[in-house]
Formats: sequence, C-alpha cells, structure tokens
Amino acid sequence: MSAVEVPNTQPIDGRLLAGAEFTRQLAARQRRGRLWARFFSLSTVVAVVALITLLLSIINDAFGFVISTYRVDPTTLAPDGNLELLSNEELAALLPERRLGAYLRDNLSVVPPTEFPSVPLGQALPGAILPPGVAEKTFAETTVEERRSILANNLNVDLLASLVELDVVSEDVRETYTLIESLFERDRIEREYEEKFGGASATDTVKYFRSWLSLDFITAPQASSPEVAGIRTAILGTVWIMAITVVFSFIVGVGAAIYLEEYATGNNPLERFIETNIRNLAGVPSIIYGLLGLAVFVRVLEGITQGRTILSASLTMGLLVLPVIIINAQEALRAVPSSLREASFGLGATRWQTILRTVLPSAMPGILTGTILAMSRAIGETAPLIVIGASTTIFVDPSSVVSKFTALPIQIYDWTRRPQDDFRSIAAAGILVLLVLLIGLNATAIILRQRIRRSLQS
Amino acid sequence: MSATNSGSAYSFELKDMNVYYSDKLAVDSVTLSIQARKITAFIGPSGCGKSTVLRALNRMNDLIPGAKVTGDVRFMGRNLYDPNVDPVEVRRRIGMVFQKPNPFPKSIYDNVAYGPRLLGIRQKSTLDDIVENSLKSAFLWDEVKGDLKKSGLALSGGQQQRLCIARTIAVEPEVILMDEPCSALDPIATQAIEDLMLELVKKYTIVIVTHNMGQAQRVSDFTAFYSIRKAAEADGIERRWGLLVEYAPTEQLFSRPTSEETERYIRGEFG
Repeated sequence: MSAVEVPNTQPIDGRLLAGAEFTRQLAARQRRGRLWARFFSLSTVVAVVALITLLLSIINDAFGFVISTYRVDPTTLAPDGNLELLSNEELAALLPERRLGAYLRDNLSVVPPTEFPSVPLGQALPGAILPPGVAEKTFAETTVEERRSILANNLNVDLLASLVELDVVSEDVRETYTLIESLFERDRIEREYEEKFGGASATDTVKYFRSWLSLDFITAPQASSPEVAGIRTAILGTVWIMAITVVFSFIVGVGAAIYLEEYATGNNPLERFIETNIRNLAGVPSIIYGLLGLAVFVRVLEGITQGRTILSASLTMGLLVLPVIIINAQEALRAVPSSLREASFGLGATRWQTILRTVLPSAMPGILTGTILAMSRAIGETAPLIVIGASTTIFVDPSSVVSKFTALPIQIYDWTRRPQDDFRSIAAAGILVLLVLLIGLNATAIILRQRIRRSLQS
Repeated sequence: MSATNSGSAYSFELKDMNVYYSDKLAVDSVTLSIQARKITAFIGPSGCGKSTVLRALNRMNDLIPGAKVTGDVRFMGRNLYDPNVDPVEVRRRIGMVFQKPNPFPKSIYDNVAYGPRLLGIRQKSTLDDIVENSLKSAFLWDEVKGDLKKSGLALSGGQQQRLCIARTIAVEPEVILMDEPCSALDPIATQAIEDLMLELVKKYTIVIVTHNMGQAQRVSDFTAFYSIRKAAEADGIERRWGLLVEYAPTEQLFSRPTSEETERYIRGEFG
C-alpha cells in the first residue's frame, strides 16, 4: 500500500451524530425546510390572490346592465339611434335653440365668458368659418340659422354628436348593475326594471348590457355627464406629461449618473454627501414633490410654465423620478466590467470616447429598464398632480406644453369621489385603461432591453 | 520635447521609479532600461509589483484613484510623466494586452476598427485595410475572415486574446505591453500567442509579465526578476512592497543568476 492515509470516517470523539440518531435529526431538518417552503409558496398565493381580486373588482364595476331613460329616443333621430351617421348640419339642427350661445362660448370663443355677448363674433371667434356678414355682428344680433351654421362649420362631428347626446337624447342612467349582478341576478334586475320603470313597454326607458370600457369611452373627450364622458382628454394629458417627463428626467438623470460614476472620484466628502442624499430623495413621499412643484414651477417660474400646465406637471414628475433614474443608471454603469474601460483606454481613447463608445452601450439596457420602471411609477402618481392643481373639469384636449390638463389618475380619482354608481363604473373603465397603458410601458421596456442585449451579444 | 535619442536601442529608461497607491509604497526604486524591438519579461511572485511597473509604462495606473508615480520614467528619451504629456497619446503609442481577454461586446470588425475610429478614421476602405492587416498580423485572419460581423465574444479564449492583440496593433503602437496574456489560455492557445510574439517583436518592443518561467525562457531576450519586501509597522500591520532584484539577458539570468533570491525563485523554492 502507498503511504497515503485514508481519512478517518468515524466521529472523532462522539460529539457528531451518527447512525439512527443522525437519520432522526436529518428528518427533523428536512421537515423544517419543507415548512419554510410551504410558507414561501403561501406568500406567493396571497400576492396572486390579492392581484386577481383587485383586477376582478375593477372588471366587475366596468361592465354590467344599466337601465336608462331618454328625453328623446335616439332611434327617432338617426337610424338605429347611431348619431355618428348624421352630418354636421343635421346634428347642428338638432341642438336645442337656447343652448347655442353656450356652445359657441364654451367651445370656440377666445374672449372671457362675460365679454362674449358684447363682442363682435369676428373678434370672439378668430379663425372660425363664419357666414357672410356675421363677423361684425354680436351674438345677440345673429339669427338662429346663422348660429347653427357656425356650429356646423366649426365643430367636428364627434363633438356635435356628443352635444346632441348630452342635451337632446340626454340619456340618464338610472340604475347600474355590476358584472356579477348582471350574470347571476338577472331575475332581480328584470323585476326591478318592470316594477320601477314599466319594463319593455315603457318608450323612454331601456335596459341594456353596457360595457363602460368602449371605443367611445376612449375616444370621447371628458364631459360632466358620465353617460357621455370619455377619457381621451386624460389619456392625452398623461401622454403629454410622460413624454416631457421622460425627456427631462432621462437627460438629466443619466447625465448625473455618468458624472457620479465616471468622473467623480468618490473621495470627495461633497460627492459622498450627494450620493447618499440621492438615495434619500428616492424615498421622499410624492406629495412633497407636489408641494415643491407648486412653489417652484407653478409660482416662481410662472413666466415660463404659465402656471398649472403640462410643463409644470412634467417638471414636477421629472424631479420625482430623477433619483430613481440616477440610482438605476449608476447601477447599470457600475455593472460594466472595468476590463472594458481598460481596453478602451489602452487603445488611446479619451474618457469621453470610452464612455460614449463602450460604457454607455453596455449599460444602456439597464439604464432603459430603470427609466421605464421610473415612468411606470410616474404614470400612476396622483398626489403631486393634485397639489400642483390639475383640472378635473377640463373638456378640451391639451394642445401644447402650456395647456391646462387633466391626467388619467386625476380623472379616476375625481370620478371615484362622486356618489353616483355610474361614475364608479367609468372610474373602473378608466383604471382598466391606465392598467393597459402601464402593461404596455413595461412590455416596451422588456422588448427594448432584450433587443439591445441581443445586438450587443451577436 | 523631441525624441532626443530616437536612435537609441532603448524604448524605456526607468530611474528610481516608485509607485504609490494612496500614499502606500507599492514598488520601490526600479531602475532598468528596456531594449527596443526585444522581448523583456517581468517575472516574480504574486504581489511583487511587476504588473504595477508594467502599467506605469503606459500610464494605466492613472486610472486608479490614488495611484502616484515618482522618479524618472522615459520613453524614447521623453519623460512620460511630464505635465505636458497627455496619457491618451501615451496609451496610443504604448498598447496593452490584458490578462483576461477583453474584447468589446461588438463584432470582430468593430473590435479591430475601434482604435482607428477613435483617431477619426471614417473611410470604409481604409478601415477595411487596417482590419485585414491587423488580423493578419495577429494570425487570426484565416480563422475569421469569413465572418467579421460575428461578435468578438463568440470566439474561443485564445482567439479572443489574438483579437485583442490585433486590436492593439491596429493603432500602430511602438510598444505592446502584455500583462500575463496567456494565464487564462490552454497550452495550445498559449503556443499560438508565443509564436505570435516572436513574429511581432520584429516590429514592436514587447514587455510581458508572466508567471510561467518556461514562457519567459522561450520567448524573452531579457528578464527582470521582482520580489517582495515586508516590514512590520508600529501598529502591527505588515507592510509589503515590491522591488526589482535582478535584470539580465534571459539566458544569463536563468543559468547564472547573481542573486541568491533569484536562484531560489527559478528553482521553484519561493512563493
């Protein structure tokens, strides 16, 4: 035999377990492990159940039977009650005479509402197509036909249809039922319909299954009545805000991250102080950013931002997500192997060339993911927007960075506060729209990241 | 300052060079001259500062916060650490190949064209030429010419290291520093790199750090042996630094070392 000693496999002095005792103890150890594993899987189940409940309760509110009354039955106005089949002139002719002035004032006039009756229309409605001779007249001097003609020529067909819907057809949802009620309590709904509203024999009442989330809901502008209110104004507001927020916070955030990671030495006490406090800023409640935005962007910089506008909201949101973007970008930059930096420097690259050609391309998937995650935080933020004063009663789409605006979470918040059931239903539909946007955003992040990662590797 | 003695046989002349990391001495008083168009090997135990000296030769240490070089370091007669010398120019003229192959996560073509593009070369035909010549000089052309768009990371370890050498050659340096270029490679890939070095030395000065004494004997003309010194500080913490023990033609250093420490190291009785 060789001189190599076989290690002793016996317990050295009996302190370590062996034989049956060991087997018993092992079983106990395995049991403890299985118990923990069960706890972990239970935690996952709780989370999944909570998410499903949330989604179901929203869907429950967004679809279901409604019982409505009409002032004018829409089937008497247009084939199948579909107002969109009518022309501008036909729709304008349906509008109630006493409201014509209000339509002009609210939708076309650029002068303050109190001055509208006394100013010549050419001045109150600049750029509008007016019948001959009307420009010099004040509103009171025009004929009803001229007023209808101005509306027909200057408002788009969707708006006219929604005005007819609102003031002529004037659907009033009297009862709403949730999806669960609609599916499982058909008899009760039918009975209530018969008893309270006279059932199918009543001419001005109708019961139908309504999907509150519909193409109309998405494309119609915000309105004060839930039957015709849509979410377009809020979607556009959110899109505007997010677009400016992402540009502002990406440029500033990635810039700061590059400075902190690639230029700052880290030995300087001031730099360390900044680093630490960026992390603290990421944890500051969003309402504080709202207060900051109100003080700085809405008040002090009013000359630039024009007050409570998309620009103010975007800059506030930009500040809110800036720490998150900086931290994520820093981590992405730190994850770039130093061997790549050395390779670049070793070939005679300057620091900026190294950053631009090697560090940034490698860090980009991480930076983009962080940015989009920050955006999905921002898209649902409500508090800062409330503080800086988003309007909830705005019916015109935003058209520039200094437009007044509303946004999805604001609109949803406003609707959920109303006591009527039908507002709860459009709030649910609004939440579904917000969720779809959110999922879309996250999906974009994943696709983008995969695509860049693949292009780096092959 | 002009290269006063460009006709000199020496690429580098070091005199009393010290390197400090955060005020701690890392390499003590190195004095040596490195011959042009020869291969000089740095050997010695781990922690003896041979890589630190190598990285001082193209100012790679500048990238480490707190690193400082004192003494006289001349390249072609010119002080490398003169305030008027831009390290970017230094690194372009003195290329470097690292221990672990580190191609960029880009195509083979883009890896080699990286350096020329830094210098502002945009013309496709010029770049094509440089890429082809560099890959040929690095003995890699025949293996990759069919698919230059393939990622550099898709190559084998030995091919990656030759790609890194091609990338270095592409900026036409005068010196190539190699920091243990074969330590991550198998013997066959190592053989290929050694053959390549013997070819490259016809045009370039090569300085190589190696743990493999066989490699130093096979390829180098001169060998520098570094070692470690230790001292106990007042607070009981041990302080270590490296220094140059012996520098001689390779054949002489391995057959008739003057220092006993060198002799013990090359016999394998050290570190």
